[in-house]
Amino acid sequence: MIGVQNLSVSFGAVQALRGVSFQAQTGSITAVLGANGAGKTTLLRTISGLIKPASGDVTFDEKTITNEPTEDIARMGVAHVPEGRGVIAEFTVEENLRLGALASKVNIAEGLERQYAQFPVLGQRRKQFAATLSGGERQMLAMGRALIANPKVLLLDEPSLGLAPLVTAELMGTIKQLCAEQSLTVLLVEQNAKSALRIADHAVVLHVGAVVADDAAAAVAADTRLRQYYLGLNEQ
Amino acid sequence: MIASIFASRILNDLLGGITAGVVIGLVALSLVLIWQSTHVLNFAQGAMAMFATYIGMTQLDHHLNYWVCALISVAAGFVLGGATERVLVRPLYGKADINPIVVMVGFLSLLEAIAAAIWSGTPRFIDPPFSSIFFQSDGAPTGLSPFALFQIIAAISVMAATALLFRFTKLGLQLRASALAPEVARLLGVRVNRLLTLGWALSTAVGAVAAVIISTGDTGLYPANMETVFIAGFIAAAIGGLESPGGALLAGVVIGVVMQFVNDYFNSGYAGFVGVILLIVSLLIRPQGLFTKNAQRRV
Ligand SMILES: Nc1ncnc2c1ncn2[C@@H]1O[C@H](COP(=O)(O)OP(=O)(O)O)[C@@H](O)[C@H]1O
Ligand SMILES: [Mg+2]
Repeated sequence: MIGVQNLSVSFGAVQALRGVSFQAQTGSITAVLGANGAGKTTLLRTISGLIKPASGDVTFDEKTITNEPTEDIARMGVAHVPEGRGVIAEFTVEENLRLGALASKVNIAEGLERQYAQFPVLGQRRKQFAATLSGGERQMLAMGRALIANPKVLLLDEPSLGLAPLVTAELMGTIKQLCAEQSLTVLLVEQNAKSALRIADHAVVLHVGAVVADDAAAAVAADTRLRQYYLGLNEQ
Repeated sequence: MIASIFASRILNDLLGGITAGVVIGLVALSLVLIWQSTHVLNFAQGAMAMFATYIGMTQLDHHLNYWVCALISVAAGFVLGGATERVLVRPLYGKADINPIVVMVGFLSLLEAIAAAIWSGTPRFIDPPFSSIFFQSDGAPTGLSPFALFQIIAAISVMAATALLFRFTKLGLQLRASALAPEVARLLGVRVNRLLTLGWALSTAVGAVAAVIISTGDTGLYPANMETVFIAGFIAAAIGGLESPGGALLAGVVIGVVMQFVNDYFNSGYAGFVGVILLIVSLLIRPQGLFTKNAQRRV
């Protein structure tokens, strides 16, 4: 379980998060939705310690981790796949995956096998440079690299960005399956509300740094006002 | 007859140039390692290596063996490099590029002054562990002595070891990731700060190998003894394109060889210009460095 309490973050005069609080439950997917600039990326970066908040706290399994360094938060089992995926283009697929396993106790060979079984295309391209991968393959690599260390929490920042609808649908299916199998706590940040709500259990909607909805995904998906004003889902 | 004398002169210059060039290449490699990991142009690199060599080589006074003193020099370089990163360089990350330049140039002057105060400015001559007399071939000297051969082998071994470390070990993978994508590395639990310290330590140790070689034999050990080779190494790193250890190395050897020929056929006074001219020409051809790929950065 991961949660934030009264979290506020400022960049100079810009207040990116204003007293954000919510909990994400173990074994479930919490979608974090909102328009561009709503503060979604800032939220994930604060959870993983890359940004230190002006006030408020981040808790992970009842432990306050607000002031822990990013490396230590990662080693506790919080895996963050950043916006733009963070694949290292100069590394091969396998080097990227290895890098994900080095800070943990997992056996690297076993870890690689597991990820190649989960994402067969990564196995086929193991010796290729990540620069040669397609967008969908890069997203799989970024996820495989995060999962190889057996994390408890998976933070995904706009995984569907730049992917074709079919690839997005497949990716969402994989996220759902992984969450159930490994009882992960998933925070799924998306602008693509429709895709995210299809697999999420819970949804939090951000609007200029504040929470405007925190409810079951089905309830958020059914709320006309939310759909229209915050999620850009106007179609009937 | 004349043709063969001429051929042997060319061969001798080539060998002499390579001998000098591999050391320039080591200095360049050391600069590139630091540039890649921390984006600092380490102007104090030569002085740090000189200082480490003093620490090791003054142990000769305590009747320690040459090799033990060389090892102490390299170890001192490792410690000095790591300490410099922690104390001097770390507060500069994220600041304007001019800050590290000013700090490192200041550190260079400071180290040379301290070295002169402790050990005096008079060169100290260190006997080479191998003969510096050229090998003979058909009664004529070749351009290569046993010590020069050792110098080439030592430099190439250090470069190969560095390359293998970076390419094939877990530590190397983390060092490369810390340099290429520090934030991504931290998100994967890599202790980037420690690795940056280690990167400076390793690179200064590589510099110390170059300084030990330079200080042994004719040049001698004195506070400014790395300045000439540092400038050549700096130019080699720039020509190679700061991002490419192999390119820096190759550029170092080319500069060494060209300087040797200019020395022999023209005038030793011109040799100093060689590096600068090569640099200007290479910057005109490819401003980003001859060996830098145009590949897109991390995605
Ligand atoms: N490093 C930064 N410096 C200054 N402002 C920033 C920075 N990062 C984000 N912001 C601002 O904070 C707000 C939230 O940004 P972000 O968290 O990236 O939103 P989202 O991911 O929802 O699109 C925006 O107004 C953005 O301009
Ligand atoms: Mg964002």
